Amino acid sequence: MNLLDYVADRWDRLSLQAWLHVSEVVQSTLIAAVIGVLIGVAVYRSPIGSAVATALASTILTIPSFALLGLLIPVFGLGALPTVIALVLYALLPITRNTIVGLAGVDPAVTDAAKGIGMSRTAVLTRVELRLAWPAILAGMRVSTQMLMGIAVIAAYAKGPGLGSEVFSGLTRAGSANATNQALAGTLGVVILALLLEGVYFLIARFTISRGIRG
Amino acid sequence: MAENVSGVEIQLENVTKRYPGTREPAVKDFTMTIPAGKIVILVGPSGCGKTTTMRMINRLIEPSSGRITIGGEDALKLNGDALRRKVGYAIQQAGLFPHFTVAQNIAVVPGLLDWDKKQISERVDEMMDLVGLDPAVYRDRYPRQLSGGQQQRVGVARALAADPPVLLMDEPFGAVDPITRGNLQDELLRLQLELRKTIVFVTHDFDEAVKLGDKIAVLGDQSTIQQYDTPEAILANPANDMVAGFVGAGASLKQLTLLRVRDVDYHDDALTVVAPDSSPSDLRRQMTEKGKTYALVLDARKRPQRWVHVRDLSTASTLASVGRPVGDMVSTQSTLQDALEAILSEGGNAVVTGSRGEYVGTIDITTVTDTIQQLREEHDAGSAAS
Repeated sequence: MNLLDYVADRWDRLSLQAWLHVSEVVQSTLIAAVIGVLIGVAVYRSPIGSAVATALASTILTIPSFALLGLLIPVFGLGALPTVIALVLYALLPITRNTIVGLAGVDPAVTDAAKGIGMSRTAVLTRVELRLAWPAILAGMRVSTQMLMGIAVIAAYAKGPGLGSEVFSGLTRAGSANATNQALAGTLGVVILALLLEGVYFLIARFTISRGIRG
Repeated sequence: MAENVSGVEIQLENVTKRYPGTREPAVKDFTMTIPAGKIVILVGPSGCGKTTTMRMINRLIEPSSGRITIGGEDALKLNGDALRRKVGYAIQQAGLFPHFTVAQNIAVVPGLLDWDKKQISERVDEMMDLVGLDPAVYRDRYPRQLSGGQQQRVGVARALAADPPVLLMDEPFGAVDPITRGNLQDELLRLQLELRKTIVFVTHDFDEAVKLGDKIAVLGDQSTIQQYDTPEAILANPANDMVAGFVGAGASLKQLTLLRVRDVDYHDDALTVVAPDSSPSDLRRQMTEKGKTYALVLDARKRPQRWVHVRDLSTASTLASVGRPVGDMVSTQSTLQDALEAILSEGGNAVVTGSRGEYVGTIDITTVTDTIQQLREEHDAGSAAS
């Protein structure tokens, strides 16, 4: 049985795994985006706060994903929960860092003018600063998503959903029938999904970034 | 004039700003009345506190103590955001929102004030016309697609969009090239003729202050007022060495830019002759009778054409080509500086023309020097009396 036949034969299961893979990555990215932007907004005006937040997020990224899952399983058990927590933690760094950089990069003359013509503090943040930092934040989300696509494969060890289970099951059964096909289908699936998400990000950028600040 | 004034008076009383951890206040005990409908310029060296002073009027900086009233209303009792919506604000490099179109930028304050959509849209077009940007062309452009001067115009339009009685301008023309700056200054004066807002304008450029200001406040350290007077009075009689230093060399020359030919006693006793109606021999007789050596030949519409010396006439057959053509002329609208320029290049008298280019008189160097002398005496007497 060649790879194409294998994929056609197991399409139901593979497509479900693919869907679950994308779904957990996207949801984790969104949760991380909310948390990361909140952290960024909280710290960007203080150089010390920015340094601490970036350093903490970087520290998380240095923990091997395998080890982090190992630490989370005793606390949260197996399944989707430890997977999502791990993914969110890894996604935090690019998003938080880009939010801080994006917000700090807003021209002070623009925020001064915004305050000077009577925008409230919240309006300055939501209508001006975050809108101007948005390209950077979106770029951070994109990096996080791509990173999570790979990390989510490892999460199969915690019995998380997604294509990781295909890869690992294929690898552990190496030598038996269809083992290579299974591992390959999982891996290629991840690559294809990553490319598709890249396209989605391109479209989001196209429709949400003002023409006035598009690069 | 008074009924057109849409500005209101601003009063600052003993306003002080003290930053925590500094010994000396940034602004110390600042008291000033800014008259309604006038342009008042705060001018002074960098770091003297002029910007801090201005930013306390709309409370971008909260005063540590003192009282500020705008049109009689206590500015310190209002909500800061609400106050700032009623006070126009324009800054250096415009500070336009790069992600908004020109129209969206101008619409911000009316939007904050909850105007309805149709009203805002009409107002945007009106403001764009006012600052000389064609709405059809520029409405949907983004700031980065505009030149520096155009951005500055949009900045002024945005500041004026909600028709605030007061406009604060912080070195608004500091970042554009000198030619554009000159144009923007002219336009601000033109706008002000129409709008009559109370404008507080911060600059470190004294020439800009002289050009734009109804009154100028020269500020020293901690925003202490060194002199607060009309540009004419400051130029004629600087209150102290600091002001004199700031006015710089050429105060008298700067004064000349403030005076118009129509304001001075130019001569109107030159012998003139309308060319088609007269002949060289007629003119020669007249000149001998009146004891003049020079005469001015005009065309049929009384526009100055040529200067003629009496000895040119003996050989001339027609007045149309005799003598030498008139060079630089000035109109009654010209500044005395232009007049001086014309006098120097003409080598004596410069011809003064009226609004249709017709001859109205001549002006010479003594008229200019007498005027300066007279101004100086007036302001000396004024300051001695006060």
